[in-house]
Amino acid sequence: MVKRSNWSIPYLVFMMVFVVLPLLLIVLYAFQDGAGHFTFSNITHFFSDSDSLSTFAVSIEVAIENTLICILLGYPAAWILANRKYNRSAVTVVLFLMPMWINALMRTLATAELFNMLGVALGKGTLLFGMVYDFLPFMIYPIYTTLMKMDKSYAEAAEDLGAAPWTVFWKITVPLSLPGVMSGVLMVFMPTVSTFAISEFLTNNKIKLFGTIIQENINSSMWNYGAALAFIMLVIIGITTLFQGSERGEVEGGLI
Amino acid sequence: MTKDYIIDIQHLSKSFGGVKVLDDIDFYVRRGEFITLLGPSGCGKTTLLRQIAGFIAPDEGRILLEGKDISGIPPHKRPLNTVFQRYALFPHLDVFDNVAFGLKLHKIPAKEIEMRVQKMLKMVSMTDYEDRSVDSLSGGQQQRVAIARALVNYPKVLLLDEPLAALDLKMRKDMQLELKEIHRKMGITFIYVTHDQEEALTLSDTIVVMNEGRIQQIGTPTDIYNEPVNSFVADFIGESTILNGTMICDRKVEFMGHEFECVDEGFGEGVPVDVVVRPEDVCISSSLEGAQFSGVVESCIFKGVHYEMFVDTDKGYELMVQDYDSFEPGSRVGLSIKPDDIQVMRKERTCNTLEATVEDRDHISMLGCSWECTVPEEFKQGDEVLAEVAFDKVDLLDNQEDGKLGGEVHFLLYKGDHYHLTILTDEGDHLWVDTDDIWDKGDLVGIDILPSDIKIKRKNG
Amino acid sequence: MKKLFAKCYIWLLLAMLYAPLLFIAVFSFTESRVLGSWTGFSPRLYQNLFTGNVSGGAALISAVENTLVIALIAAAFSTVLGTVAAIGIFNLKGRAKRTMQFLNNIPMINPDIITGVSLFLLFVFLRFSQGYVTVVLAHITFCTPYVVLSVMPKLSQMNPNIYEAALDLGATPAQALWKVLVPELRPGMISGFMMAFTMSLDDFAVTFFTRGTIGLDTLSTYIYADARKGGLTPELRPLMTLIFLLVLVLLIIVNLRGSRTKNAIE
Repeated sequence: MVKRSNWSIPYLVFMMVFVVLPLLLIVLYAFQDGAGHFTFSNITHFFSDSDSLSTFAVSIEVAIENTLICILLGYPAAWILANRKYNRSAVTVVLFLMPMWINALMRTLATAELFNMLGVALGKGTLLFGMVYDFLPFMIYPIYTTLMKMDKSYAEAAEDLGAAPWTVFWKITVPLSLPGVMSGVLMVFMPTVSTFAISEFLTNNKIKLFGTIIQENINSSMWNYGAALAFIMLVIIGITTLFQGSERGEVEGGLI
Repeated sequence: MTKDYIIDIQHLSKSFGGVKVLDDIDFYVRRGEFITLLGPSGCGKTTLLRQIAGFIAPDEGRILLEGKDISGIPPHKRPLNTVFQRYALFPHLDVFDNVAFGLKLHKIPAKEIEMRVQKMLKMVSMTDYEDRSVDSLSGGQQQRVAIARALVNYPKVLLLDEPLAALDLKMRKDMQLELKEIHRKMGITFIYVTHDQEEALTLSDTIVVMNEGRIQQIGTPTDIYNEPVNSFVADFIGESTILNGTMICDRKVEFMGHEFECVDEGFGEGVPVDVVVRPEDVCISSSLEGAQFSGVVESCIFKGVHYEMFVDTDKGYELMVQDYDSFEPGSRVGLSIKPDDIQVMRKERTCNTLEATVEDRDHISMLGCSWECTVPEEFKQGDEVLAEVAFDKVDLLDNQEDGKLGGEVHFLLYKGDHYHLTILTDEGDHLWVDTDDIWDKGDLVGIDILPSDIKIKRKNG
Repeated sequence: MKKLFAKCYIWLLLAMLYAPLLFIAVFSFTESRVLGSWTGFSPRLYQNLFTGNVSGGAALISAVENTLVIALIAAAFSTVLGTVAAIGIFNLKGRAKRTMQFLNNIPMINPDIITGVSLFLLFVFLRFSQGYVTVVLAHITFCTPYVVLSVMPKLSQMNPNIYEAALDLGATPAQALWKVLVPELRPGMISGFMMAFTMSLDDFAVTFFTRGTIGLDTLSTYIYADARKGGLTPELRPLMTLIFLLVLVLLIIVNLRGSRTKNAIE
């Protein structure tokens, strides 16, 4: 009759200190000046500084493009992998997932070096390629799991009611796999905005992403402005997760 | 006198989140007895069993084992063992280690463990399975291992929580016989939980029928079948037709528009009662001569041993009849019922009696909302009163939103010419409704009552 | 025909995903200092890596050591904390359960940089000097949610009566935990541990913000610094190749194990 629900208390305390408090500190520092007084100036500075704003715009643009390309390339791949007619081997799936478990920095460096050898000029094109290369598995995986979990009888019922395979795909498979696509978007979009080292290597530091300016500010001891930028990012994450609902946690749960 | 009671349960109550799951449960178990807690799902029977096992602490009341209060003793120190609903075998241990689990914890010498486990596996016909992983066993085999695992510890009482529910019908029948045999051989007291009335009737020395956290009736299978104390028990155990009737005087009851001789006395005169007629107790014949009443066969289905027929009686009631002979649908038949086959039961209630508070001259509040009605002069605002609503004056609507308040069909009883429903309102109150419409258990309904159908009465005491 | 098309598509994508890795792997077998110029086959770089005779010298070796030690400690702590937490959360109900699950999701939803910056601010705020300890704490923070999520399904698959059955047979709560609950959760704990271990190995951003200024390097931060100086240390090529292989083998083992247990159940 021991209350085993109490076992969550140590973790609750841990999360309060290492998850909740740090996030509150971002908010606190974002609204303070160097002397610790309350101020809006960090935020207003961001909205009046054309460099920050254009970096922000570029980041969002790259993230949107990257996400779209990942969906376009990843959905068919996930569908083929999940389809018993085309793929029966678990190893193919593992091959697609493996890059997720390898340091993104290493993979990015490898890509950049490959471009160097091939003599491709580093810039927007190589950045996008590298991003797609880095994040594609994160799009394929959640879509793949949703498709695998999907009850096959829905598709069979639709066929039974007279739907052609193409119609089944558009009217049944796609709508039912949307939660997977949404998790994929979440796993691709924000991380793209926030990467810093990757864009540095892939563009020879020609294109800066939002993550890079956060890093630069923190590293040059401009904590308050850095925190303000992180706060803006948190707000965006908050908004995207609100749209998302709660179904993502379980998808990520089975990453291996 | 209490000496041969191995378990004595005294005034046990338990609530979960404000809902009373067990309400003043009080009964005893004799040593060596096979006792069954029987009731529909959610009646509290499993909660009761888990309190005996020690997994749930009672809010009130005591559980005595051989005269000693065990309420405060944790489950691992109680000399009782449980066979769980889905066996709960340890998947990481093989059959032998599962059965030996309890013995090892009690530091029994290895030799004795070996011997006792073998003996017990033999008893449940599972010899040669010692090294098998439990995942590789069929449901029936897992069941046997679960029984062996519990019995090998020689518990004072074996608790069984719907142990056969997961098995298919044929296997269930075989296991019933085996359980009965094991009970006989071991001489251990069995407390058995099930929702299957047939299983309870087959296995038990004593049956405790439960509903909504309360004991409805305790008795031998024959008692419970032949003399149900209320319409719930009558409906739950076996097939029956339950009808509204009126006790005319001792040994004379009126129902289905006819007067019948019966054996019941002491109800008073002109008292409304419930009458139970078992389908196999109705005599049916093709000649109308000598029959007490007549009817037209509406349907006839072969059920293996007997035929089951629904007969429309001459006064417009529908009666279920079972007989070894079949009668063509459409044919006119004569029917009669012997006096001692008519079971008369006191009605638990004759109308809805609800606690209410007067709001103003034409409003009262009850069931968690405000209702329009005429409040007699004698009551003033704030008075606590009783509101009476006849069973057939409660309107049920298809959409919850259309009613004054929402509810759910909780229980239904066919009474020959109408349905008697128990409605659980959203606020958690019960309402009883007579209706000709067909509803199913679990249907969501809207509830409405006309102002003129609410009768206000003074609260007694 | 359709099948052929599907197969081609899959293999083309895989080729794209693996081209850079293969490129590194191929050039790990040549001595050239510059990536991309082939100066003949030689296992020299591998020999250098294992004898410690590397141009970066002790720095690279200690970065590898740090990475492994941090990952081991963080994964071990996360596994214990996460398993206990999962049991607790599983037994919670309603709002409390949803709140805990929400909190558990935060570190996974947050991009690394947010986790990194927020923890950096925490250690600054608490005047906690940054170094080994802060990196380990930070790694535990983002690893534990994955352990919780991999133990949780084992809890819900488990017959809820198993723990009670052990008590019923005379086990004390502690015995029931060790003899029944832990063996049942072990697969989830192992995959949680592995996930935590790889997450920690992979991490760059969080380490970058929480390692302080004492010159603590993990493999990621070493590579980052190395690449910024221009030109990778050649011995990183065999090292990366070995890591790719290790991860691949680990993943295949875990997945085959997973599908084998699944088959056993069926």
